[in-house]
Amino acid sequence: MTMSDDNNERRPSRAPLSATMWPVARTTIRTLGSIAVTLLGLLFVTFIIGRVMPIDPVLAIVGERASQATYDAVYQQLGLDKPLIVQFLYYIWDVLHLDFGTSLLNARPVSEDIARVFPATLELATLGIIFGVVLGVPLGVLAAVRKGSWIDQVARVLALVGYSMPIFWLGLMGLLIFYGILGWVGGPGRVGIFYVDVVPSVTGLILVDSIIDGNWDVFRDAFSHIILPASLLGYYSLAYISRMTRSFMLEQLSAEYVTTARVKGMSEWDVIWKHAFKNIRVQLITVIALSYAGLLEGSVLTEIIFSWPGIGSYITTALLSADMNAVLGGTVVVGLIFILLNIFSDLLYKVFDPRAK
Amino acid sequence: MTEQTMKQWLLTDTPTSRRHAKISAFYQGWLSFRSNTMAMIGLGILVALVVIAAAAPLLSPHDPYVQDLGNRLAPLGTDGHIFGTDSLGRDILSRLIYGARITLYIVALVALIAPVAGLLVGTISGYVGGWTDTVLMRITDIFLAFPRLVLALAFVAALGAGIENAVLAISLTAWPPYARIARAETLTIRSSDYISAIKLQGAGALRIITKHIWPLCISSLIVRVTLDMAGIILAAAGLGFLGLGAQPPSPEWGAMISEGRRFILDHWWVATMPGLAIFTVSLAFNLLGDGLRDVLDPKAGE
Amino acid sequence: MNAINRLMTSAAIGLAVGVSSFAAYAETPANMLVIANRIDDVTTLDPAESFEFAGADISRNVYNRLVYLDPLDLAAGYQPGLAESWEVSEDGKTITFTMREGVTFHSGNPVRAEDAAFSLQRAVILNKTPAFILTQFGFTPENAEETIRAEGNKLMITTDKRYATSFVLNCLTATIGGIVDKETVMANEVDGDMGNTWLKTNSAGSGPYTLGSWKPNESVTLEAYADYYDGAPTMERVIVRHVLESASQRLLLERGDIDIARNLNPEDIAGVMEADGIKIEDELKGRLMYLSLNQKHPELSKPEVRQAIKYLIDYEGMKNSFLKGQYTIHQNFLPATYLGASEEAPFSLNVEKAKELLASAGVEGLEIETGVREAQERMEIAQSLQNTFAQAGITLNITVGTAKQILARYRARELDLYLGAWGPDYPDPQTNAGTFAYNPDNSDEANATGYLAWRNSWDTGGLGEKVDAAVTEGDRDKRVQMYQDIQAEFREISPFAIMFQQIEQSALRDNVMNWSTGQAVTSAAYWQVTK
Repeated sequence: MTMSDDNNERRPSRAPLSATMWPVARTTIRTLGSIAVTLLGLLFVTFIIGRVMPIDPVLAIVGERASQATYDAVYQQLGLDKPLIVQFLYYIWDVLHLDFGTSLLNARPVSEDIARVFPATLELATLGIIFGVVLGVPLGVLAAVRKGSWIDQVARVLALVGYSMPIFWLGLMGLLIFYGILGWVGGPGRVGIFYVDVVPSVTGLILVDSIIDGNWDVFRDAFSHIILPASLLGYYSLAYISRMTRSFMLEQLSAEYVTTARVKGMSEWDVIWKHAFKNIRVQLITVIALSYAGLLEGSVLTEIIFSWPGIGSYITTALLSADMNAVLGGTVVVGLIFILLNIFSDLLYKVFDPRAK
Repeated sequence: MTEQTMKQWLLTDTPTSRRHAKISAFYQGWLSFRSNTMAMIGLGILVALVVIAAAAPLLSPHDPYVQDLGNRLAPLGTDGHIFGTDSLGRDILSRLIYGARITLYIVALVALIAPVAGLLVGTISGYVGGWTDTVLMRITDIFLAFPRLVLALAFVAALGAGIENAVLAISLTAWPPYARIARAETLTIRSSDYISAIKLQGAGALRIITKHIWPLCISSLIVRVTLDMAGIILAAAGLGFLGLGAQPPSPEWGAMISEGRRFILDHWWVATMPGLAIFTVSLAFNLLGDGLRDVLDPKAGE
Repeated sequence: MNAINRLMTSAAIGLAVGVSSFAAYAETPANMLVIANRIDDVTTLDPAESFEFAGADISRNVYNRLVYLDPLDLAAGYQPGLAESWEVSEDGKTITFTMREGVTFHSGNPVRAEDAAFSLQRAVILNKTPAFILTQFGFTPENAEETIRAEGNKLMITTDKRYATSFVLNCLTATIGGIVDKETVMANEVDGDMGNTWLKTNSAGSGPYTLGSWKPNESVTLEAYADYYDGAPTMERVIVRHVLESASQRLLLERGDIDIARNLNPEDIAGVMEADGIKIEDELKGRLMYLSLNQKHPELSKPEVRQAIKYLIDYEGMKNSFLKGQYTIHQNFLPATYLGASEEAPFSLNVEKAKELLASAGVEGLEIETGVREAQERMEIAQSLQNTFAQAGITLNITVGTAKQILARYRARELDLYLGAWGPDYPDPQTNAGTFAYNPDNSDEANATGYLAWRNSWDTGGLGEKVDAAVTEGDRDKRVQMYQDIQAEFREISPFAIMFQQIEQSALRDNVMNWSTGQAVTSAAYWQVTK
């Protein structure tokens, strides 16, 4: 699944959620309610999956050599002897108290683990999406304005390649060329070895922390490490964003008001940016939000290749060792972000799109 | 019937029967599709893929399973092994050719399961409305909000590794968007005068959904499925890559990449050849999807 | 067009920013050792609980033991560590250790006999996975206070019967023998856990290094302990970084960003050999790769079939291809370099002979299932087996799964064929003899999952008593002969086809000296390394 996460963000084709009642309070309550229900469902499904999986969490803890007595002790300690529904209710109770439990595998609070791995993914995804937007949107606009020209063809090829290329291959080749041979960028990991733990962790985002600390050496080093994986993820979102921008723009440019504006003698720049582009903002933000949500899920293969300690590989590792507290915690965070970004784009629809009102 | 009259019959403005009209519409769609070079290239690649898969035993120079540890990791262009050999000395070209069968199998199965499931949920939800709609859409939302990889990995881990389970897992993560599309289309169609007219004639819900709503949803679904195919192939490859898809010694392309990635710095072709195969087929689906969108669903495209 | 020019410019600037370079060729600082390794198996740092490879590496450098193994002379066997000397009582059951004076824990507390007694008692009472290494001497949570006790400067341990002294002391060199700081640990006790929760992620040792930080799946940082009794180590800081991919480790090493890469595959080893400034060091490890046949299977339990399988393995072919340099052929359960180890390797690929054996057993069209964990080298071995088995008409179906999935089925005696790896737990022959050739109760109810023989439903054909006899034999030469005999018989009759012994290939920058991963007997040591 991981490749699809890296290569194909969910293509949004969703109708905006119920666009009926407007009074703010009511909408807010409904929205919060639906978040709660969705999250609860998410947790429940994850919980069930955790139980039907034939991976034994006890074995994951005690290892191959454990005696049966040791095994039984841990089994009880984990509460696995209780009925499933009781376990689930206990878990929900703890979550309501903001306690995600401890990881079975490294004995730390899951919240602490997530606070460590999520910023790594956040940093990478944010830079990636910036890359994708900064290059993808102008490229898409350009391709639409000059439909059929060489630049349109280039944009098309770029996008198609992005949709179709296995990311790990591109990643390893990038690492080999830009790091191994040319030495232009930093290697795997978030920061060079000598800079590990040099700046105090405030936000968990090394780029931000180093600025707060005023340590430009660390900033430079961290930047040189993040640039390659971020460009890679950025490229995949660029492929998607530029295609969507192009088709939104084409729709606008063929509209009547554009012709009218041109006839009135408005400059091409103004036609493109002040009229056509302005009208696709909301749609575009939805697309970007969904791309961003996809990146924030964590792209496991990229994280593995670049030794990036992010949430994608955290959840995967946890899952394959049946560390259910970690999986549940990670799922809640990722799911919540996805839901919030969705609601955010729905709201934008309601606020900006006259048709949705 | 001569060719000329056949063409006229196909392009007629005044169809003589419902069937005639359908065929005629299809033919006109084909004509416009045919003029799209890129889409034709895509179609060509996919037809070639089907032919290769069907004729695999005739086309492949070697048995894809026969090992030769003395001649492993042979480079490109080696005598008898144009694409070289893999870590166990098996001919990469032959494995790619046989792997086409697996890829087609996956594609066909997912293309059958996911959209059908989405269509069912979406149309029922949209047509029935009320509580059913709320519940079904909430479930759809839950699955949409799920980190995809967790869902797929968990599913495969639960059922055991293997190609059928990988297909099910992928379908499980792929259906929610189809449900959303189908629901949106249903909502539009449901309130149309045409459906009201049929209702007045006394048609039941089941009949309306299957005979009138489904056919109208299908074209946008087909476009969407074709465009998603590349993602599905990559997803299957990703599962194979993580060892959860096809089982060895099956020449599944994703598994081949996974086997070959260890040598990527010195023996790059071992992973690159299956990578290129995946790339080519994904590309073909994307090209085809773009073309189909132009024909079937002009308003969604450019 | 104006608009387009502006667009192009902004795009070009974006691209330029993206590509501009900041990194230059690096070299690690002279007082720092940087190692790339897979550390995702570390689940706990508590020496009473830690039982995985990367965890043992950390433990060896952070905790001292009563006796220790010198990384520069591992062949010399155990040497005085925190115990300066020891005496064995006349009945051979009590060993009295005299503690070394003037040694302090990282906390500044002195290392006392009381701490040593506490540490060993604690391991027995907590009864975590590795506890069997101690409890096999008759220590139980109930009797721990009497059998392990401190008196002033002396530590006395009393075993339930007479064992070879070397056996007892060898066990104390294992991770579980690590001595913890009683005061610090008990200060962090929660709900009577003897500090287990706290020690999982913290340390309280007296070793040459203190634990700086452990970020799971990311890195481990160790800082030199300035007041170490044997002199502070040269490398003031050791960073072990988790790098999963061999290719990534190789690139880091070639760029000079790390000093040591520990998980390069054979192809990348061959690749770095050509690079400047890098050397490869081989160490024979204790890990064995084996194939075992479930004796519940009606056909696999026939003696001829067990023999035939051993002739259907392409030992040479695998060793010379995808296992090249990283495994050597070894067909006995004691790893080379162990007391009593045997170099005999009578089996090689012989399809004709295997066919004859199968025919004489009346076996035809056999179809069996093997479970393989999702790791490249094992999947390749499995596929090679599939290939050679097919030549004798045996169909081998491979099921791939995660390590835990496959292991669970193996422990439940469900797999026909298991492709496994086994590493010794302490440097004494009993460690492997006691699991491969020992199974006192073969019934399903016994659930003796700790014995490999049990997992394969094998009653050991009388070898168990010989193992019991060998472990109490005090005469070294006699003991060696006994293990040789057990292994000779085991080779022929057992349902285990031992195939390979691992060679760890470390790739180092060529200024790194005295590196040791601990060979077959222990784990990696950092304090003797210089650059």
